[in-house]
Parts: sequence; C-alpha cells; structure tokens
Amino acid sequence: MRHNGLFAKAFSVLFAVFMLAPLVVVIGVSFTPEGFLEFPPSGLSLRWFRAILDNPDFIEAAWVSLQLGVASATVSSIFAVPAALAIGRGRFPGRDALQAFFLSPLTVPTVVLGIAFLRFLSFLNANGTFVGLMLCHAIIIMPFILRLVLASVTGLDRSQEQAAVSLGASDWTVFRRVTLPAIMPGVIGGWVLAFITSFDELTVTVFIVSPTTTTLPVRLFSHITQTTDPLVASISTVAILFTVGLMFLVDRIYGLDRLLIGEGAR
Amino acid sequence: MPFLQLSGLTKRFGDVVAVEDFSLAVEKGEFVSLLGPSGCGKTTTLQMIAGFEQPTSGHIMLNGRHLEEVPARNRGLGIVFQTYALFPHMTVEENVAFGLEMRGIDKKERARKVAGALELVQLAHLAKRYPRAMSGGQRQRVALARALVIEPELLLLDEPLSNLDAKLREEMQLELRRIQQEAGVTTLLVTHDQNEAMALSDRVAVMHHGRLMQQETPFHVYENPKSSFISTFLGKTNSLTATLKTTNDEGSALVCNGMELAGPPAHLRPGPITVSLRPERIEIVEAGEAVVSGPVIERIFLGDQWLFRIETPIGPLLVVRRNRGQREPEHGETVHLAWTPHHLRLLPKEDEAA
Amino acid sequence: MTRRSRSRPWILSAPALLLFLVLLLVPLAMTFILSFHSFSFYGGITPTFSLENYIEVLSDGYFYEIFGRTFAIALATTLICAAIGLPQAYFLSRMHPFWRSVMLLVVLGPLLISVVVRTLGWAILLGNKGVINDALRDLGLITSPIRMMYTSGGIVLALVHVMVPFMILAIWAALQRTDPATESAAESLGARPWTIFRRIVLPQAMPGILSGSLIVFSLSASAFATPAILGGRRVKVVSTTVYDEFLNTLNWPLGAAIAMLLLVSVLAIMVGWNRLVERRFAGVFE
Repeated sequence: MRHNGLFAKAFSVLFAVFMLAPLVVVIGVSFTPEGFLEFPPSGLSLRWFRAILDNPDFIEAAWVSLQLGVASATVSSIFAVPAALAIGRGRFPGRDALQAFFLSPLTVPTVVLGIAFLRFLSFLNANGTFVGLMLCHAIIIMPFILRLVLASVTGLDRSQEQAAVSLGASDWTVFRRVTLPAIMPGVIGGWVLAFITSFDELTVTVFIVSPTTTTLPVRLFSHITQTTDPLVASISTVAILFTVGLMFLVDRIYGLDRLLIGEGAR
Repeated sequence: MPFLQLSGLTKRFGDVVAVEDFSLAVEKGEFVSLLGPSGCGKTTTLQMIAGFEQPTSGHIMLNGRHLEEVPARNRGLGIVFQTYALFPHMTVEENVAFGLEMRGIDKKERARKVAGALELVQLAHLAKRYPRAMSGGQRQRVALARALVIEPELLLLDEPLSNLDAKLREEMQLELRRIQQEAGVTTLLVTHDQNEAMALSDRVAVMHHGRLMQQETPFHVYENPKSSFISTFLGKTNSLTATLKTTNDEGSALVCNGMELAGPPAHLRPGPITVSLRPERIEIVEAGEAVVSGPVIERIFLGDQWLFRIETPIGPLLVVRRNRGQREPEHGETVHLAWTPHHLRLLPKEDEAA
Repeated sequence: MTRRSRSRPWILSAPALLLFLVLLLVPLAMTFILSFHSFSFYGGITPTFSLENYIEVLSDGYFYEIFGRTFAIALATTLICAAIGLPQAYFLSRMHPFWRSVMLLVVLGPLLISVVVRTLGWAILLGNKGVINDALRDLGLITSPIRMMYTSGGIVLALVHVMVPFMILAIWAALQRTDPATESAAESLGARPWTIFRRIVLPQAMPGILSGSLIVFSLSASAFATPAILGGRRVKVVSTTVYDEFLNTLNWPLGAAIAMLLLVSVLAIMVGWNRLVERRFAGVFE
C-alpha cells in the first residue's frame, strides 16, 4: 500500500471543504433566528423549520415529488428489467444500437428533453398531469436503472439458469426463482438511484408541471429565483437530511460506491 | 440398442465447426468420459445433449427416445456444472428440492428424497446452510445431490472437479465414483484432465478438433493410442520421428536419426512415422545391454519418482524411475538405456495441424 | 428453440422500445418540426415550414454571445474539473481504506442532493453580502465586495462543484483497472514520484480523463439550474434562453430552434471528440 504525502493530504482536505461548503452553509443558515440569510447564524432557532408547516404548498410539493419518484422508478424498472435481460446476455444484431437508444436520455441535453415533453404533452392535452409527468420521468431515469441491472445481468452465472432448466423449470419459473433473485441487488440499486434522480429532477420537470403537480425542486427553484430567505434553507436542510438518510440505507443494502460507480468497484 | 446413442452430431457456429460428425454409444450404467483439450468441442457436445445448444445436424437418442426436439427442461437429465451453479439464495435443502418441486412432488415425499440424496453425498448435517457458507468440495456434493435427486436417466458432469485444489480433487474422484456406482446412473463426464478421466471412467472418448479420436477403456487408450496426439495427451511420452523400413509378423525395423531400432509388428506402410515410447518403460542398464547411451541433462525429483532427460543419439529421452531411496544418476553422468521392442508404439505421422 | 431465442431479445425489449419510441422519439421529432413553424405575438404559432427561426438565431450577435458563453463556461468547467479530478482520484486510490470510503462519501454524496439545493448554497456563499465576501471583509483583505453572483465565474465555480464527482468517478474507474504493481515497477527502475505520476499513472488514467471530460462538458453545456439561479437574467446561457422563450415570451418555435441547435452542437462535439479519442488513443483503450 502506497501512502499519500502531505501535499496530497492537504489537497484532499481542501477538496472536501470545497465539496461540503455549500451544504454546510445551507444547513447553518436554516437555524438562524433572524428573518434574513446569515452565516454563521447569530443563534440557534427552529423558527424556519416551524415556518415550513405554515407553507403547505412546499409540503404538497414534497408529497408530489415522493409519489412521482416512487411511481416513475417502479414503472421504469418494469420496462428496464426485461430490456436489460435482453441486452445483457448474448449478442444479437442491433444490440448495441438498442442499448445506445435506451441510454440516450443521458446524452440529449435535459432542456431539449424538457421542451420535447412539453410539446408532446400539450399536443395530447396532458400537460401537467401526474401520469404525463411520471412517464417522462420514467424515460429520463431509465438509463440509471438499465446500467445497474445490466451490470448484474452480465455478472450472472448463466449455468444457474441452465441448472434450473435442466431440473425442469419453465421460463417464467426460471426468471422468478433464479434470475430475479440473482439480479435483485442491481434492481434495488437502480430503483433507488432512479428514485433519487426523479426526486431531484428540475430541468425537465420545470417545463411540464402544473400548479397541482409542482414538485419540490420546481417549487424551491421558483422561490429562489424570486427571493432567498431562510425558509428555502430550512426546506433544503430537510431535503439534505432525507437524502443522507437514504444514502446510509443504500450503503447498508447495496454499497454506495457500487451504486454510483458500477459493479467493478468491489 | 445402446442406452445413449449420439450419431453424426455436428455443430457449427457460423463458419466455425465446433463438433463434427460425432458418434458415441453409452450403455446403461456405464461411466464414459469425454476427454480433450479446451476448445475440442467436448463442452459443446454436452450442451447439445443437455439441450442448451441445438445440433446443426445429427441425432441424440436416450433410452429409445429422440432428444433433439425435447426442450431442455423436459429432458430430465441431471447436470453438474463446472461452477456448480448452486442457487445462492436458497439453502442446500431448497437447492436439492428444486427439481422435485418442478415435478410437482408433494412436500413429504420431497423431504424424504432430499434427505436421501443428502445422505448419499454425506451432507445431511448441512441441509440448512447456504451455499456461500460451504467449502468447494461441499458445494460440489450439493450440486451432485441436486442432479441425482430427480433420478435422471443420464448424469452429465461438466468439468466437475476443476475448481477444487489438487488434494481435494483426488478425494472427490473416489467419492464421485462411489456415488455414481451406488446410484447406478449412466454418466457422461466432460474433462480436460486425463487423470480424472482415467480414474473415473469405464471408457474414455478422446476428442480433438471437434472429432472423436478414440474410445476404449482407459488402460487400452493409454497402452495403445491410435495417434501421436493421443499418446502425448494421455500421460507423458517420448515422441520420436522415424522411418519404417520393413515390417512383418515377427517385428519391424526402424531408422531413427540414423540409428537402427527394432520395433513391434506394425500395420503401417514403410515410410516416415512417429514412435511413442513411455518414459516408465525405459530402463537404466549396464553399458553392454544398452540400446542408446548419453549424459543426463536434466534431473528432477518428484517425491515418489525421478524424472531424467537424457541426451541420446536418437534425441533427448524422458525417463521416469520410481524412487526407491537409492542412488540415482547425477547431472552430467552418462547412462545406458534399454527397452523391449514391443513397448514402442508405431503411429502414423501426423501433420502438425492435426 | 433457435428461432425463439433469436426473437427473444426483441420481445423482451419491446415494451421499453415502444415507450421510448412514443415518449422520446416522437416528442423530439415534434420539437424538430416545431422549430420550423412561425410565431407572432398576437397570432401565436402557425404551422408553416420555414427556416426563419434558424436564420434569426444565426444572424443575431446576441445569440452568438449566448452560445459562445455557454461553451466557454462548459470548457472552463471541464478543464478545472480535470485539473482537480485527476490528482484527487489518484490520491483517492492511495488512501487508507477508511479514509477512502469517507472521501468517496464526500465526493459522491453531493451527487444525490438536488442541484437546486447545492446552488442555493453557492448563492449564499457568493453573494455581495455572502459568506465569502463577509469573511474577506472581516479579515480586512477587501473593502468593497467582489462581485461573484451573476458572473460567468460564479457559474463555473458552482458547476465545478456539480460536475467534479463525474470526473473523479471516470478517472477513478480507469485507475481501478490499472495494476498497482506498474508503479512499483517504475520505482524499482529508478523513477521519482513525479515521473511515476507523469509517465505511468497519467497515461493509464487518460481513458478516464477523456470520458470524464466528455460527460462534464456535455452536462455543463446543457446545465440549467445553476446558471438560472446564479446567472439570472443578466448572464444567460442557452438553456436559460430556451426556458425564457418557452415560458416567458411563449415563442416556442424560436425556443425549439435554439434547443435544436444546442442538441446538434452537443452531439457534434461528442461524436467529434469520440472520433478524435479513438484515433489518437486507440492503443490506450483495451
């Protein structure tokens, strides 16, 4: 094992400060007893956390985001898992093109996706509906699920399935009893990553929400572009804590580095 | 009619011929090994019998039924995979019960049969364990129990011992043979390990480049290889290039590197041939009795035996001698070698490619 | 069996394929068509077919400035990310496992937190009465605040924060694939640490730097939340311009034309970059 020198350590510390500074500042500001942004806060007060309760539109937006994340991640998984099984095993003509197509939402600028969905949904008179929003999110988050499930599928020992077949299992039984349990970590990991992506999504969503389906990031965004008060900080703090909690959960179940880097990390 | 009959089995992947015109007959209860180097087509053959690959042409008959059109899941074969392919999320018991469950066998009967199968492989005490908490040898037994519990007509073993370390492999060889005989199941083993094939099977079928080269008892294949490939693949041998001068019922006359040698009778035309001489058939003798002499150029101690390489007029010869705790020739020492002519095997000269 | 196994991948991917065709390809095609329509403030959108929107964008210096700024910001972000990401990924690979997992959490954690929240943090830090200016004034280093909000520099700083994890991930993945013994080998041959880094580590990290740069550049060029919050109306980039055309001016055809130009230029840069990388570094990959 090689060790880092003093320079490397100093560099890493400064880098960590850079990465954490904006988050620390947001959390710090949210505890201010004053009516304006100040850091470090002059005192510790939960005033602005209580203020969240007086702003039901934020709570509603968070509720929409939560439902949207769960629904779109689930729908997207249902589409992505069979596709990953098809792509992950065996070669067939068109396989690479198919994979590139399913990963393309990562390449197309999100603002382009946003107006494309807006155009499409308003053409169908479905703009601002929850279902429309959910399907659009399902498209954007599909690459995340696909990549993680694909990693599990390619890591799968083919002979496990052959063993099940040789013992008399039907295709559906093989999938249910052998394949699905084996790729489950990938599916769960992909679902969580997709959920978080949907929960945080702004650029596409901002084009296709209606007042009744406004999500938390959109609500925060429109608030921040008008005024920055400690209320957005306290709401952001709650969002950060929620994400951190989720992160620890994922790290326990699946491994955070594996989730974000891919199967090869371990 | 043999129990398992493969006839004219051929498999092509695009332009690549993996298996060509492969025919083999296996009797009920017999243990046959498909032996060959990697890429010889033995695994493809197994996959075709199992139903995971579709033959390009040819037939597979088992107990009077054609298997080609039967889907893999209805063939009812017991398969032990190289990686064991145990279901990691199921306990040993659940793994073994899976095939019975697929056959709709009721719980009570299932439990009885699983217990019996685990008894057979001596793992009854680990029924509730998960595969990841077991050693390689134990996993191997679970895989075997899972394949045998469905009482298959045919047991297919795909390099079953290759993931075990040397010592365990020898133990498992004996164990595998015992279990196979106890279960009385017709067995086809695919392996690249000649020791494994010779130790386990009633008959060995040697494959090379997708073709069947020879199929006989292990002793017969070792003693009378049909080609120089088989003679080098099974055990160690000295392969010499020679010219066959004359041959009759009494014996033959050869010229090897300018030296005249006596050989056994050969069914070959005079001309260039390959001569195979097993290193354990060469003896170290007194100068007067020598066929050839030369200095020791390599000397390796292997515990139970000594391995020598000796530079002789007919080329370097490998000589194996049992270690009896006595003095053996030193490096550089000149030794005298002899053998009886009928230990030479005269084989048709093969192209390098074959 | 053979025939079935040939059609099987298509059957399995059919639902997803259908979803993508209807909900991705059709909308993009509709947007493409929309970009040829015309718009008037009173008449709204007329389904004509003309290049007027493209001509308007391509003949107006205002839009050149916006596109130029967008790509300049993306390029600066990419270069800074590479400059920070390479050493940090290398240090990461040499850390004690405990500190490495801590550091990975620091690097990766922010990826999971909303960009809106992170940009809010930067807004608080960078404002004229923000944390940084306050601190500098208290230290007596400055008398009047340095303007950082509503500048391209501020946007780049916040974008680096958003993008640098992607760069580190890409480089780290490349370093993971290398054999650590190569460094020891170089050392045994007499190389000094800096030489080892330059001659052994850097070439092996190159695939990661290149793929990371591509990701960072394309994401930065189309970033929305960060320039929208930190740049406001004053420092506009392509994505915020599209947003304004669609949701404020309501000139959808013009907005669609701008978006299509963004899409085409990002794709062109990606394809060009891949070509260049494949030709130049063919040996480094595989």
